[in-house]
Amino acid sequence: MKAGSNLERVLEAGHFAVTAECGPPRGADGDKVLKKAELVKGNVDACNVTDNQTSVVRMSSVAGCMLVKQTGTEPLLQMVVRDRNRIALQSDLLGAAALGVRNLLCLSGDHQKFGDDPQAKNVFDIDSIQLIHLVKTMRDEGVFPSGDKLEGAPKFYIGCAINPFADPFEIRVPRFKLKIEAGADFVQTQCIYNMDKFKRFMEEAKKEGLHERTKILAGVTPLKSAGMAKFMNRMVAGIEIPEEFIKRIADEPKEKQAAKGIEMCIEQIQEIKEMEGIAGVHVMAIEWEEKLNEIVGGAGLLPRPMVEQ
Amino acid sequence: MITGTPKPIEEILEMLEPYDNIIVAGCFGCVTVCRVGGDKEVQVLSSTLRLAREAAGRKIEIKEVCLERQCDPEYLEPMRPYIEDYQAVLSIACGAGIQFMAEKFTKSPLLPGINTGFLGVTERQGEWTERCQGCGDCVLHLTGGICPVTRCAKSIFHGPCGGSVQGTCEVDKEVKCGWQLIIDRLVTLDQMDNYGKLKPYKGWDSSRDGGPRRIIREDMV
Repeated sequence: MKAGSNLERVLEAGHFAVTAECGPPRGADGDKVLKKAELVKGNVDACNVTDNQTSVVRMSSVAGCMLVKQTGTEPLLQMVVRDRNRIALQSDLLGAAALGVRNLLCLSGDHQKFGDDPQAKNVFDIDSIQLIHLVKTMRDEGVFPSGDKLEGAPKFYIGCAINPFADPFEIRVPRFKLKIEAGADFVQTQCIYNMDKFKRFMEEAKKEGLHERTKILAGVTPLKSAGMAKFMNRMVAGIEIPEEFIKRIADEPKEKQAAKGIEMCIEQIQEIKEMEGIAGVHVMAIEWEEKLNEIVGGAGLLPRPMVEQ
Repeated sequence: MITGTPKPIEEILEMLEPYDNIIVAGCFGCVTVCRVGGDKEVQVLSSTLRLAREAAGRKIEIKEVCLERQCDPEYLEPMRPYIEDYQAVLSIACGAGIQFMAEKFTKSPLLPGINTGFLGVTERQGEWTERCQGCGDCVLHLTGGICPVTRCAKSIFHGPCGGSVQGTCEVDKEVKCGWQLIIDRLVTLDQMDNYGKLKPYKGWDSSRDGGPRRIIREDMV
């Protein structure tokens, strides 16, 4: 075991893993996190806590992780390199590890242009792939990147994100490979709607044997309405929702679209479960955590396995 | 070259509020090439200011000059005999030139007439784009001659990020994704091996982050 987190144990035992995410609130109200975490509890092996996603200021992801942990769910810390230089990254990693966080997702972070402080200075001292390398160095060698010895190495199960749909498509597998070479133990993908394209991506990844070197968790996001689908298609870079996918929801009357979205998400998970090389699913029910139980249960993934330490 | 854009005339007039006789100083260097601070711009700006102040009922006397370069001491010296006859200097050179003049003539207030932009190139008449951030540690030989520090909105060394859409950057549809450009070029040059290598963390100490920089060429000093 590299970090001994619940997520690592579940994956290493060969179970199909489930993760979800909690977005911290736009304020200091910790109860908001606790309430979301209660909805997540029992449905996942670990729960991501996002780090100022879309550059919109929120409660810190380290604090969010601690609140999630209080409710009995294992947190997965998201950390972006947009806002922290290598000094702050190392320091926050040590702090999070000291507080018992065992899973980490290394990200670039959306450009600040999309948030509420578009005039902010960005950092990008190192990039997300170098962050993977930095964490691995600290964990496995017990030293800072500078070479100095750590008083206690941070034990993180190291993850990264991949977007199989971003351009240029032909670079997606080579870049994924770079992340594995830097030290990624697991990967969570951007939300998948175009299953054909995702399968093509996986075929390429498998040719390189990448599925054997890392645990791949496929990302899904249930759609609440045809409107949401169209909005995401238009506004979110790297999201591709095929027309026929949207049509299936759009064909439903408005009040039934959400139920259809859930049904389609469950179908997708079931299809993903059967794919070779996929180790789990990452369910991003954005501001819809109350539906997690229905989705994960509906996909036949409950109860979650208990794997002894 | 160093590029720049004119400051709005209202902003300049506000800066000039305390003064009645000034020098408007241009530069025959980069700012002449990018048509923001040469002798022509000195003339046009001076006329505009005179007319505006006259319309406001408060005439302003302006001496128009254009120096060979404002970033070299020898070209600044000719101003010394008369500079103190004027209350201030409005310079339309780049920030380096303006500051150098301020250093050399400590009793004269220096006012910036342009906003200095970036190290860039002329795409076509009237359009300039950035190419270099002067980070002090060039890696262009590894990246197909395209700079990841400058051309990527996140300055990442293993791009592109998820925000690359059909060759454009998510930050602005008019901006090309630097990493798409790098990859296209590496493919053309048959150098994709370079892409597959993990790159060391960049040392930003040779960039601005190490504090104001200086170059000393022992062979020339």
